Amino acid sequence: MQSLKNAAAVIGVGNTAYGNFPHIDEYGLAAEAFRNAVNDCGIDKNEIDGLVVCRIPYYARMGEVLGLDPRWTLTLPPHGRMSGIGIIEAATALAAGHCKYVALMYANIGRSRRVNYGGDESPGVWDPFGFTSPGAAHAMAFQRHMQLYGTTTRQLAEVSVAIRHHACLNPDAVMQKPISIDDHENARFITAPLRLLDYCLINDGAVCMILTTADRAKDFKKKPVMISGFGGQESFTRSSISNFDMDFWHPAVKSAGEQAYGMAGVGHADIDGLMCYDNFSPTVLFSLEGLGFCKQGESGSFVEGGTLKLGNKLPVNTDGGHLSNSYMQGWALNVEAVRQLRGECGARQIPDCEVVQYVQATPCTRSIIYTRG
Amino acid sequence: MSYNKPLPKIDPVNQGFWDNAKAGKLSVQNCKACGDKRYPASPVCPKCLSSDQEWVTVSGKGTLESWVDFHRAYWDGFKGDLPYRVCLVKLAEGPVMVSNLVGPSDNAKVGAAVAVVFDAVTEDVTLPKFKMV
Repeated sequence: MQSLKNAAAVIGVGNTAYGNFPHIDEYGLAAEAFRNAVNDCGIDKNEIDGLVVCRIPYYARMGEVLGLDPRWTLTLPPHGRMSGIGIIEAATALAAGHCKYVALMYANIGRSRRVNYGGDESPGVWDPFGFTSPGAAHAMAFQRHMQLYGTTTRQLAEVSVAIRHHACLNPDAVMQKPISIDDHENARFITAPLRLLDYCLINDGAVCMILTTADRAKDFKKKPVMISGFGGQESFTRSSISNFDMDFWHPAVKSAGEQAYGMAGVGHADIDGLMCYDNFSPTVLFSLEGLGFCKQGESGSFVEGGTLKLGNKLPVNTDGGHLSNSYMQGWALNVEAVRQLRGECGARQIPDCEVVQYVQATPCTRSIIYTRG
Repeated sequence: MSYNKPLPKIDPVNQGFWDNAKAGKLSVQNCKACGDKRYPASPVCPKCLSSDQEWVTVSGKGTLESWVDFHRAYWDGFKGDLPYRVCLVKLAEGPVMVSNLVGPSDNAKVGAAVAVVFDAVTEDVTLPKFKMV
């Protein structure tokens, strides 16, 4: 693993607008994000010989649409935990020499096509009890956290409030109206203890990242952003309750984080910004504990007083995250990490940003540490 | 009125569980080779990979590990029940199950004792649910 430190770099990023686009499909959205990423770095698109597609129906059609015959292709299922996997696999494929330039694309048309999460036609093992939806699983986890550690919903609200604050500094974010802790507490319950403002958005859009090896990365328009460390750990042996872990994925996040810190040679104090998978607000608390920004059970008090807001101790999800920017299942957070390290973030820019960490606390936990090239 | 909530998809691997539930018995899958116990069922033992599996009756006693109250009906059949409570129970024998907490549960807390009750929702299907004890 250590030999992969700074072996690969991000040279281009692009995205579409985020919203409701019923007249365009995944290929159209992904192609727009791809074009923006190509223009961002100035690469001749025909040089791209590696392709990663996620939540895009058919990789070959994607290649056809973009006019690409790559040497290496990876297709990922439409689960909200594949971005970290895709980026790490692309970095290792580049280091192994499978390809020279990889384009990674993600597209989502769930808003305009009215995709529902929960209440599936084909019954799962717990459906007869009315237990369904990723949100309910996170509600059950947070209820447990409240019981074991005394965490409160007002503390949980700090997550949604800080991330909404960031969305209001990002003109491209879907949500633009600030919220308060009281707004969170007064929002309607969906699966108590979780309320509407604990849930991520569902919107259409696409994201593209272009990666290459460190030596090739110097030849493009912008300074590269290095992939300096990464780590991963699955939690499959207790996965019959989807999106739930009895121990809040703590062992997995701890392991993935330690791998990433060790490889990058950085520690908590070096992290200028954290891009944290926020499908539901409790995931952020679980991630902070697993990574060791605070002890297990202490995330509630850790986030009190706006800890996660720009300008304070640990800015989290400066683009507005899944909760308030866009539901790009981790991909947009990785793009935000790149833009922060380039200094392109305007009103939401983290000053002197040198190290940004991405983490997804899910059954496939991953963390990636990006640094300025 | 016909039952309009989701029903279990019964297959050869989980058939024994639902047969036992219909007979008023809660059971978990037991590995005859190594004694590993689990629910839901698996085609082979995740510990030793043996295919030699059986269903064994358990005490029906357990502890409450968490719960969630649904304020949204993801299926029409649950509309009349809102809000309804789903619980997570760790059985005394080890396996963890999702079910419903029925009866009074205002004093719910993690670690509280619960016991199985059976709800014959159709002629063929009986759901094991839990109550506070």
